[in-house]
Amino acid sequence: MPALEVERLARHYGEREALSEVSLRLAEGATLAVLGPNGAGKTTLLRVLATLLRPHAGTVRVLGHSLPDDAWAVRGRIGLLGHEPLLYRELTALENLRFHARLHGVGEERVRELLDAVAISGRSAEPLRTLSRGMVQRVAVARAVLHDPPLLLLDEPNSNLDPAAVELVAPLIGACSGRTRVICSHDPAGALGEADLVLGLRAGRVALAGEAAAVEPAQIAELYR
Amino acid sequence: MYGKGLRTLSIATVVAFATSLALVFFYAPLEADQGFLQKIFYVHVPLAIVSLCGFLLGGLLAIQHLRTRDPRWDMRSYVIIHTSLIFAIGTLITGSIWAKGSWGHWWVWSEPTLVSFLIVFLLYATYQPLRFAIEDPERQARYASVFAITSGAFVPMNFIAVRLSTAYVHPRVLGGTSNLPGPMALTFVVSVAAMALLFATLCKYELTAKHTRAQMRALRRRLAGEGDSPRRTRSAVPSSHAHGTVTARVAGGARP
Amino acid sequence: MSGLATKQPRSARAVREQPMLSTVAALLRKELLVELRTLESVPAMTLFAVATFVVFHFALNRGNVEGDLAAGILWVTLLFAGILGINRLFVADDEQGGFDAFLLAPVDRSAMLFAKVLTLLAYLVALELVAVPAFALLLLAPPLGHALPDLLITLALGDIGVAVVGTLVAALAVRTRARDLLGPLLGLPLLVPVVIGAARASSPLLTVGHTGVPAARWLLTLALYDLVFGLITFALFDFLLED
Repeated sequence: MPALEVERLARHYGEREALSEVSLRLAEGATLAVLGPNGAGKTTLLRVLATLLRPHAGTVRVLGHSLPDDAWAVRGRIGLLGHEPLLYRELTALENLRFHARLHGVGEERVRELLDAVAISGRSAEPLRTLSRGMVQRVAVARAVLHDPPLLLLDEPNSNLDPAAVELVAPLIGACSGRTRVICSHDPAGALGEADLVLGLRAGRVALAGEAAAVEPAQIAELYR
Repeated sequence: MYGKGLRTLSIATVVAFATSLALVFFYAPLEADQGFLQKIFYVHVPLAIVSLCGFLLGGLLAIQHLRTRDPRWDMRSYVIIHTSLIFAIGTLITGSIWAKGSWGHWWVWSEPTLVSFLIVFLLYATYQPLRFAIEDPERQARYASVFAITSGAFVPMNFIAVRLSTAYVHPRVLGGTSNLPGPMALTFVVSVAAMALLFATLCKYELTAKHTRAQMRALRRRLAGEGDSPRRTRSAVPSSHAHGTVTARVAGGARP
Repeated sequence: MSGLATKQPRSARAVREQPMLSTVAALLRKELLVELRTLESVPAMTLFAVATFVVFHFALNRGNVEGDLAAGILWVTLLFAGILGINRLFVADDEQGGFDAFLLAPVDRSAMLFAKVLTLLAYLVALELVAVPAFALLLLAPPLGHALPDLLITLALGDIGVAVVGTLVAALAVRTRARDLLGPLLGLPLLVPVVIGAARASSPLLTVGHTGVPAARWLLTLALYDLVFGLITFALFDFLLED
């Protein structure tokens, strides 16, 4: 059963089409890279898949459940890492993760485990506003995988992370994590490197789709023209 | 689709108003205490009744919008609410004139209906600023519907509370509408009917105009070949997204 | 670290919805923690109330008030101080914590409503713990003593109304442009019945000679308002959380 099945998804923003005739299919454990210029609809697509936005037309099936009717069944099985870390600056990393753990019914040991995994344990008792951007991003990664989601939706996950940090979080959100992943990225080369499938969006429509290995640099350039 | 029956409705409104005015000036007797001034009652109270019903109806339409997510319900709710707001302003003005004529003051706190209308007006006056403050059209419609339902439920609650608080303080200035003598009752009923028809006609005109404008925009977009220019200015007005209704009728348009 | 990578994702197991009580508790804990760290709401509300009493003294040129005037001053001040708290209620969530994380959790979304109403109630109670004695000290003519239990009931019913409507209005206003203006603009007319009920109920309690008990009519009005708007807010809140 494919992890994602999208047929002719459409979503409008008033009278403008934000997404139109978008179709894709993603197998479990595979990685999809979504590319495209600003305003192409990448974030909108990600949010529809995350059940945060309703589809206005077409069908969307995430982890076997149809949206928006069965969205409740999918919640708790998605890890979202967006532009915002979704953390409270005045609380410590530990308090933030504990809060999310309680929302998901996850135990304390898992919180500690992840704090170690992202190497924040030493500073887990300090308010997040005292941590650097890179550290906050690492805590955000921990938050995203806290509940062990089979599906990850990542919007430029490596922003604010130095190469060492990128390696650090790789087992959690990288290709070797075993999870199904959808990555929105402004770095076509990097994204293509770890993707199985590619989807290129332009003004809400699919301009490019197929296997990552088969994509040519000229097509990427065309997408961003 | 929207324009059907508009002409009939307009004619009916004109006829009703003509009848009502004729009745008011030539048929209804002069009231003993207040004399000619009392005739403003035939404008003030119908305005009040229609406006209140409009607010309640706006709330009901908003419930439909939240249930079905169809933006057309939101459009109807919007038009009804802002027309009711205009009628509410009319209620306040005519009520004020009446108060001045009867009591010598432009405003009286002892008239619970007038006071309630002031509060309701203050509340619904925030409807359009609320809409204008939200850019995402779908969220704008949704939040506006929540507001319309809350405010619609508030209206009766408000009337009860205000009436409770002004009871036993002063005798009612503007008098009750129950136990009206025959000719007055007839005039009153016709006046309410005329006002209701006016309200319906105004709403229908506006809905038709908006729908037509939306279709025009959709047509223009298709002709321009989807090089679309979304409305750049923020707007408090709901956009009626003309799904598919236009595309079916445009012949030979180049589909990408 | 490699141990984490090889662990199987729990996709096979369906995710159960978390129980309401534990979710509300978690949210409430988070709210109070953030408030304790930032001290944004309660101290501001309290200081504002006391300052307002001082302003009233000079504005009315009176050293002591009673009856209708006292009830009016008390409730208007509590209401306006409450608005300060209402304005800040969802700001931290909107600016930092984000609603998304909550929306993605397997929880009933009404949990956030309950948590926020309880939070606002807590703020109002904290406010009144300072403001009411301050009022009695600075402006009130008759001693509060006997009237206190009845006053507490009135305060409780009024607070519930303010908390419920305040949460609704705060949720409406927070993700709009004129966030600080729309809250009060929407809230004040909606809260007029609360002011009517609470002030009329408190007035005989704040009269010299304290003859009165609050008329049942006013307490019933407050209770009815709380019930009606409680139900409406409960029904509509989810629609405000969606994106």
